[in-house]
Amino acid sequence: MTRRLLLLLPLAGFLVLAVFLYRGLSIDPASRDSALMARPFPAFSLTTLEDPGRTLDESLLKGEVTLVNVWGEWCPTCKQEMPQLLELAERGVRLVGVDYKDTREKGREFLAEFGNPFEVNLFDPEGSLGFDLGVYGAPETFLVDAEGVIRYHHTGYITTQDVERVILPEVAKWQD
Amino acid sequence: MARLIRALLMLALLTPALAQAAIEVREFDDPVMRDRFESLTATLRCPKCQNQAIDDSDSPIAGDMRQRVFEQLQAGRSDKEILDFMVSRFGDYVLYNPRLEGRTLLLWGLPAALVLGGGLLVALLVRARRRASASRLSVEERARLDALLEREDDR
Repeated sequence: MTRRLLLLLPLAGFLVLAVFLYRGLSIDPASRDSALMARPFPAFSLTTLEDPGRTLDESLLKGEVTLVNVWGEWCPTCKQEMPQLLELAERGVRLVGVDYKDTREKGREFLAEFGNPFEVNLFDPEGSLGFDLGVYGAPETFLVDAEGVIRYHHTGYITTQDVERVILPEVAKWQD
Repeated sequence: MARLIRALLMLALLTPALAQAAIEVREFDDPVMRDRFESLTATLRCPKCQNQAIDDSDSPIAGDMRQRVFEQLQAGRSDKEILDFMVSRFGDYVLYNPRLEGRTLLLWGLPAALVLGGGLLVALLVRARRRASASRLSVEERARLDALLEREDDR
């Protein structure tokens, strides 16, 4: 009897492999967890887009759950994302923008045209903060808790469904 | 018409120059340094383009990464430090050769485990078959055994 069962081993192996590979098919290869998950937001010292004379650092992100959104005028999907970001801001989420590899002029034009949901925008023309964040394409969004630790990473633009299903629950999760 | 042809010819001549513009020229005084740069940029994977190393990717992030590799080499960092620097930002994903650690044990160990397991299976099968053929008795052996058993019964 046990011999018979042994004969089923290859079948079992095949099934395990099949399930594993099938799962692999449904994984989006473009979305990966940030290497910075559960790590403090990287140190930076950048001026704001609004005021070249005002320099901010990572202490900006302490004390309140904040969504840090990396955007740029040159990025078409960032435009599609703006209504959702405006809605999040309206619902009381604190947003900080990072204007990534942009010029001040273009960045300001973008906000004038599509609205400004951000409390403040960090101006990152060289992409140095973006690099430290491991950003490889805008838009990307990081959820930073009140201690300044990165808790969630969203690659690609936030859709209307993402607002309800992902972003708001994540914000609420880290808010207490 | 002649003007159009001349314009097209100019464009054809200029296009390779434009393509060249995307490739940065880096001066290395030290050939060892250049080799290290080349091997590092060939083993780092572009985070944007999935299946390309940063040495031949045109994506902006790959360009940034090449620049960082260059700067860090100039600053005297070791290869390991440079790879650590990249992994801490972009994750294990950027390494074409994943490191041997707890999370990657299965990845590295599975091929060896499968070969070992297969070998073991073959060895067991061979042994079982040999034992089965050994237990089969020849005619004389059977007769001798029967005789012995009979003698046992008679006693």
